Amino acid sequence: MTASYEQPHAPQQAEERVTTEGRVFTVTGGDWDELAETVGKADDEHIVVNMGPQHPSTHGVLRLILEIEGETVTEARCGIGYLHTGIEKNMEYRTWTQGSTFVTRMDYLTPLFNEAAYALAVEKLLGITDQIPERASVIRVLMMELNRISSHLVAIATGGMELGATTIMIYGFRDRELILDAFELITGLRMNHAYIRPGGLAQDLPPGAVDHVRELVKKFRKNLPEYDKLATGNPVFKGRMQDVGYLDLAGCMALGATGPILRAAGLPHDLRKAQPYCGYQDYDFDVPTADTCDSYGRFLVRLEEMRQSLRIVEQCLDRLEPGPVMVADKKIAWPAQLALGPDGLGNSLDHIKKIMGTSMEALIHHFKLVTEGFRVPPGQAYTAVESAKGELGVHVVSDGGTRPHRVHFRDPSFTNLQTMAAMCEGGMVADVIVAVASIDPVMGGVDR
Amino acid sequence: MSDSNSQDANGVNPDKDVNATNLPGQRGDQGEAVRVQRGMFGANNGGDTSGYGGLVRPVRMPGASSRPYGGWFDEVADELEGALEEQGLVPENAIEKTVVDRGEITFHVAREHLPRVARTLRDDPALRFELCTGVSGVHFPGDKGRELHAVYHLRSITHNRLIRLEVSAPDADPHVPSIVSVYPTNDWHERETYDFFGIVFDDHPALTRIMMPDDWQGHPQRKDYPLGGVPVEYKGAQIPAPDQRRSYS
Repeated sequence: MTASYEQPHAPQQAEERVTTEGRVFTVTGGDWDELAETVGKADDEHIVVNMGPQHPSTHGVLRLILEIEGETVTEARCGIGYLHTGIEKNMEYRTWTQGSTFVTRMDYLTPLFNEAAYALAVEKLLGITDQIPERASVIRVLMMELNRISSHLVAIATGGMELGATTIMIYGFRDRELILDAFELITGLRMNHAYIRPGGLAQDLPPGAVDHVRELVKKFRKNLPEYDKLATGNPVFKGRMQDVGYLDLAGCMALGATGPILRAAGLPHDLRKAQPYCGYQDYDFDVPTADTCDSYGRFLVRLEEMRQSLRIVEQCLDRLEPGPVMVADKKIAWPAQLALGPDGLGNSLDHIKKIMGTSMEALIHHFKLVTEGFRVPPGQAYTAVESAKGELGVHVVSDGGTRPHRVHFRDPSFTNLQTMAAMCEGGMVADVIVAVASIDPVMGGVDR
Repeated sequence: MSDSNSQDANGVNPDKDVNATNLPGQRGDQGEAVRVQRGMFGANNGGDTSGYGGLVRPVRMPGASSRPYGGWFDEVADELEGALEEQGLVPENAIEKTVVDRGEITFHVAREHLPRVARTLRDDPALRFELCTGVSGVHFPGDKGRELHAVYHLRSITHNRLIRLEVSAPDADPHVPSIVSVYPTNDWHERETYDFFGIVFDDHPALTRIMMPDDWQGHPQRKDYPLGGVPVEYKGAQIPAPDQRRSYS
C-alpha cells in the first residue's frame, strides 16, 4: 500500500482481487463506505468477512471468519493457533519444577491459577497433597483470589473499551495495576511469576506484604462500587449487552462452557465449592449467578465475584500463621530459601555459606535436586481449579522420570471460545464483538 | 508397616516378596510397561560410575485394580456395567480394565465401544456425566500395539464426581471413534489431539488441524517428533538446545 506513504492521512483504498472463492477485498481503514457501495452492486449477497488476527477488538490474535448477509451474521467460525508456543511440548524437556515457569505464561492474565493447577497436579502424582503446609495453601488462595480480581478487571475493562466505553477501560486497568503492584511486591514480578511451585511456594511473603494487601482491600472496597455506578444501570451499556451473546444452560453443558458463562446461565457450579482444593471449604463466600444467559449477566457475575474474592482475601489475611511455605520432604523441597538481595532475587547467603563451607552432603543434595530434579512415580493425575475463566484442568502423566511424560492443559478459554458460533450466529455483526468480549478469551491460554 | 515381619492378608511378607508392589519403582508385572530404565541415575549421556550401570528395569504404569474400588467408584462401575448389559453389551468386552490410583478411577475402554460407553455415561440417570473436559493425547512409543492413548475426563455436576476414560490405538492404525455427537465440546479438543498426535477421530464433523498451519508436516507432540532448538551463548558459554542437554530420566 504505497499510497499511504505518500499521503499518510488519506483513507486507504480497498484492494480488490479475484480468486477462485470469489472477489476478495482487503479493508484496513475507514473505507467501509466505498466497499459497501462496491459490494452493493454485486449480484450475490453472500459476504465472508475475515476479522483479525490483528484487530484491536479481538482480544489478541484471534481470527473470526464471519459470513454475513447485510448486517446479520449467518455463520461464524474462529481461527486460532496464531499464538501457539508449544508449551506442553517444551515442558517434556524440563524438570517438574521448571514447568512452573512455562505454565505461568499460558493464560497470561491468570498466571497464578495456571501455577496452582499445575502444582496441585504434580503434588497429587507425588502423593504429598496432605503435606503441603497450611501457610502455603493460604497464600495460594490469597494469590489466586487477587488474580481472579485482576483477570475480571481486564475482562470488564477491555469489554468496555470494545463498546467505546473508555472510562471503564481506564478504571479497570488502573485498579488492575494495584493488584499487579501487590504481585510484584510478593513474587518479584507483575506477570509470569513462577511463584507457586510443586511442594509449596517459591518464597514466603516479604515483610510488609500483609499490610500492603490490607490497604489494597480497602482501596478496592472504595473502587469496586464505581463500576456499578458507571455501568450496571447505564442504559447505553445495558442496551449493548442485554440479550447479546445468548447461551442457555443446555448450550453451556453441551459446549463445555464453564466459569462466568455457566453461572450467568443460572447454574451455581464452582469447583471451589464442588471439589475444594487448597482448603477452600474453610472459607466463607457465595457463588453468584445470573439467569439472563447473556453478556450483561456475565458482567454482573464477574462484578459480584470480585466482591466475593475480596471477602476471601480478607479471610486469608486473618488466617495467616507463621510457618513453612514448602513441603518438609527434602527430596522434593527446593533446597534454598530465596532471599531478596540488593541485586534482586538470589539464594540466601546463609544457605550458600552452609553448603559451600560446612556440609558437602548439603552441597551435593542441592546440586542434584536443582540440576537433575526429583522423580515422580509413574501414573497419571487430573486436577482442576476454578480459574477466573472456568475449569482449568491439568492432565499430567509421569513415566517415573525427572521430567513430565506429558502435560495437557484444559484451558477454559479454549473450550469457552467454542461457544462463539452459538452466541453470534443469527445476530448482528456489531454484537459479535460484545459476545466475544463476554467470553473473555485469552489467546495465550487458548493456543498455549 | 511398623512391624517388618508383618504379613498382609494373603499371608505374604511384603518386605521379602520380590514382586511386592511396595518396593520403589516396582509394580509387579501389572500395568503397561511404558519405558525401560537403564542404569542407576537415568543419565542418558556420560558414564555411570555408580556400579549399577547395568541395571535394567521396566517402568510400569499402575496396574488393574480389583473390587472393591472404594467409595463411590463401585457404584459408578456397577451402574455402568449394568447399563451396558441392558444394551446387550458384554461389559468385559467394552471395559478392558479398571484402574484406581491416587484417588482417581480410570476405565480403559475398547475403542470401538467408546461412543456407546460415553453416551451411557452421559444419559443414565445414575451416572449423568454431563460435562466432558475434552481429550488429552498421550504417546507411549514403548507400549507396543497401544502406542497412542486418548484420555477423557468426564465430570458429573449432578453427582459431583469425576472419572477418566482411556482409549488406546496402535501407531499403525491410529483411529479412535469421535464422541463429538455425544459431547459437542470435544469438537476442538479432538481437532487439537489430531493435530498434535495424529489420532484420527472417525466421524468427527471436520477433523482439521487447529493449532498448527494447515500444511504442517507431522504431529508435534509425538515422542518421535524432535523439540528442535539452537544452542545459545550465555556469559561466554555455549548452552546446547534443550533436547541436547544432559538429562536424567
